[in-house]
Amino acid sequence: MKVSVKVNGTQYERDVEPRMLLSYFLREELGLTGTHVGCDSSSCGCCVVALDGDRAVKSCTMFAVMADGHEITTVEGLEQGAVLHPLQQGFWDQHGLQCGYCTPGMLMTSYALLKHNPDPSDTEIREAISGNLCRCTGYQNIVKAIRQEADVINAPQEKSA
Amino acid sequence: MTTTDKPRHAIGLSMKRKEDPRFIRGRGRYVDDIVLPNMLHLALVHSPYPHARIKNIDSTAALAVPGVKAVLTGKDLEAAGLAWIPTFHGYDKQMVLAVGKVLYQYQEVAGVVAETREAAHDGAELVEVDYEPLDPVVDPFEARKDTIILRDDRENKTNHIYHWEVGAREETDKALAASDVHIKERIYFQRCHPAPLEPCGGIADMNPATGRLTIYMTSQAPHAHRTVVSLVTGIPEDKIHIISPDIGGGFGNKVPVYPGYVVAAVASVVLKVPVKWIETRTENLTTTGFARDYHMDVEIGADKDGKVTALKVGTVADHGAFDAAADPTKYPAGLFGIVTGSYDFPHAFTELDAYFTNKAPGGVAYRCSFRVTEASYAIERGMDLLAGRLGMDAVELRRRNFVGKDQFPYRSQLGFVYDSGDYHATLDKALEAIGYDTLRKEQAECRARGELMGIGISTFTEVVGAGPSKHFDIMGIKMFDSAEIRIHPTGSGIVRAGTRHQGQGHETTWAQIVAEELGLDPQNLIVEEGDTDTAPYGLGTYASRSTPVAGGALALASRKIREKARKIAAHVLEVAEDDVEWENYAFTVKGVPGKTITMKEVAFAAYTNPVPGTEPGLEATFYYDPPNMTFPNGAYIAVVSVDPETGETKVKRFVAVDDCGVVINPMIVEGQIHGGLTEGYAIAFMQEIRYDEGGNHMNTNFTEYLVPTAVETPVWETGSTVTPSPHHPIGAKGVGESPNVGSPAAFVNAVMDALSPLGITHLDMPLTREKVWRAIRDAKAAKAATA
Repeated sequence: MKVSVKVNGTQYERDVEPRMLLSYFLREELGLTGTHVGCDSSSCGCCVVALDGDRAVKSCTMFAVMADGHEITTVEGLEQGAVLHPLQQGFWDQHGLQCGYCTPGMLMTSYALLKHNPDPSDTEIREAISGNLCRCTGYQNIVKAIRQEADVINAPQEKSA
Repeated sequence: MTTTDKPRHAIGLSMKRKEDPRFIRGRGRYVDDIVLPNMLHLALVHSPYPHARIKNIDSTAALAVPGVKAVLTGKDLEAAGLAWIPTFHGYDKQMVLAVGKVLYQYQEVAGVVAETREAAHDGAELVEVDYEPLDPVVDPFEARKDTIILRDDRENKTNHIYHWEVGAREETDKALAASDVHIKERIYFQRCHPAPLEPCGGIADMNPATGRLTIYMTSQAPHAHRTVVSLVTGIPEDKIHIISPDIGGGFGNKVPVYPGYVVAAVASVVLKVPVKWIETRTENLTTTGFARDYHMDVEIGADKDGKVTALKVGTVADHGAFDAAADPTKYPAGLFGIVTGSYDFPHAFTELDAYFTNKAPGGVAYRCSFRVTEASYAIERGMDLLAGRLGMDAVELRRRNFVGKDQFPYRSQLGFVYDSGDYHATLDKALEAIGYDTLRKEQAECRARGELMGIGISTFTEVVGAGPSKHFDIMGIKMFDSAEIRIHPTGSGIVRAGTRHQGQGHETTWAQIVAEELGLDPQNLIVEEGDTDTAPYGLGTYASRSTPVAGGALALASRKIREKARKIAAHVLEVAEDDVEWENYAFTVKGVPGKTITMKEVAFAAYTNPVPGTEPGLEATFYYDPPNMTFPNGAYIAVVSVDPETGETKVKRFVAVDDCGVVINPMIVEGQIHGGLTEGYAIAFMQEIRYDEGGNHMNTNFTEYLVPTAVETPVWETGSTVTPSPHHPIGAKGVGESPNVGSPAAFVNAVMDALSPLGITHLDMPLTREKVWRAIRDAKAAKAATA
């Protein structure tokens, strides 16, 4: 089946098996291996990407063909120019990752969260990332990392108030 | 030995991690990210039965799937002499693909190789295996009766694998009999699974042109795996190249060799193209190394003042279908002898019997040093049961029995020589942080209102850093580790070690150790691990051994470089070598203030102005054989509330004070503690690999085998005391596993403390809502019946 999808700003056309999952499409057809696969039951969230700019989706729960006509942002699309996205900076600054396997999914879930809720409480952050499992960090520094970015977003608003 | 008293150049600093820039960009390189030209894919066929004879395997339908290239069975492997491979310590062997019969559900029976992953899995569904089901043996206590013998391939027709014991049985029995107070409890540490988020996998690439077999694999111990592959296959070791790329968590799961790697290698040799095998989550949970599964009878005696007199622990271990437990060769029950914990027992004895059952093989250490978690849980639970029996506060009982600060080095009755510690100080710090006295008052008020609140203590001691070569080996290979450091002319350098990190941060902390020793910039020291062609030989990363063993090698290799650098410094400064001193991270000349040369300048001289008649360059290799193990310890306190209506436990607070000796990077240490506590929480409340009576695996994916999410994971409060290890070159002890070793007992002790007004004294993990609710219901019914 034909699929036409914009990923990280670039339009791609491919002919794929109908059963191909979006996660494998990104990894194998487009070589975007930052999107990881950690389970077979849509439990782990390692494969989360942003659909149409602000919806966090587990790319293992979508067929590639379902993304036809849509826009996908993956972890590779966060950095602009040579400048890290503030969330990436936050994860680095706050030691929000260890083995790095869950990190791309965590980043994309929090990216979508902050689009909807730029000033989440710690409880809201924890609820938002509860579909993303991490075995290394115990989440505490991930919450701090997302908080760091939220503080960046909210700083100018505080000034103007 | 160094301490943290003076300002440091690199050690002790919370440096941001050098490995992170690639991970936050999605540019890590995990094994499934690697694609080689003409690569084929392997999918495995698994047994639906836990115990069955294989009557026939028909591959016809599978071979008819477009893209399928080959189907491999146990018979094909037999022809290659690879149907069986030795287990971890070499005492047993395990099937790669089943021959004759299957011994556990999901056991690997055949492998399908195809052009795409999808075709391989389609083919695997169509391999028809004709089984004759046999009665399974699921319970080790049933296995012990030898009614059904599982392993007819073995000479000894028994399910009993081995007996192991240490300590003085008679003296311990006598002391227990003479004790004023005595507790005995069967404590089960359930079968659980490390479940790293990245499953296991590999790519085998036999290059017919060079005759070299390259294996990319999720390996915590690449050198050991190279040697094992060579010994098992007969391929010369120089023709084997193991590359362990970025690893998405290991926690012990990626120490053993699994059938998938072997089948992929055989397929690559036969088909002369690279073959990739990537596990599914179900395969990971059902076939690869589980952890624990120890049934422990714990007995402690004490006098009426609460001074312990003796400890005895008898264990029945369920090893599953093969004796594939990951323990050093001379330690079949791992380091279980640490079971005397932080306490000065005058008498102790422990014994263990291991049995085969129709369950997956394993016995890896899930974020722990060889059975230390089981032992720590046994003693810390046992001490709380004893406190309950004595009617004494759990803190006071521990204080009365701690090994004193002045007793180190302390030789335990079970043979370990503890290096250092200050258990009273560590506990005091934790008590102060949590506000213990206030909490006990609060608890009394809660109880008066009928609320179930509990406080749980765990003051554990680990034994890590395997290990000294006179005691520790795996299949004969001594458990040293190594470092190789090359300093470039401009003062940067490359550091390689025999370890392989999986998130521990070695790319940062190894650079910090070398930078501290040489006064160089850690940002300009690149760290490389995991490639057997380039790294010096080492036994890998598990059992908290990296810092205690490779960390020592790194410091001592650096010091070799510093000694050579001193000669170069003397040559450049035109003074006698004896007049050159290493001070404030540079070379100075005795009595001549201001006459200094930095290591960076020395490095340049090593290549541009070498000492005449000596070897140019500036590099060193060191193989470090540690003189002793290290003994990290800590005091953990959990505060919980239990809902009597639902059985749900909430962790209200958790304080962890760790003493892991000298800290290399406090940020990384804290991160390790957060992660380990979360895994301890998972084990205490959620995780168990269960089999039903028919031998069916009940926890085959992440909806049935739970990993805590951010919502239920508690907020961790951490603290530290520093008692340097006297024998380690930088005084460090290792920390990655302490929180997972120490915390389960703190959680369970807290819940039991909460439930104690109901007369409940012990429940086995995991403390699920259902289990706790049932216990409360039964306790209330029993009370009502006697009232």
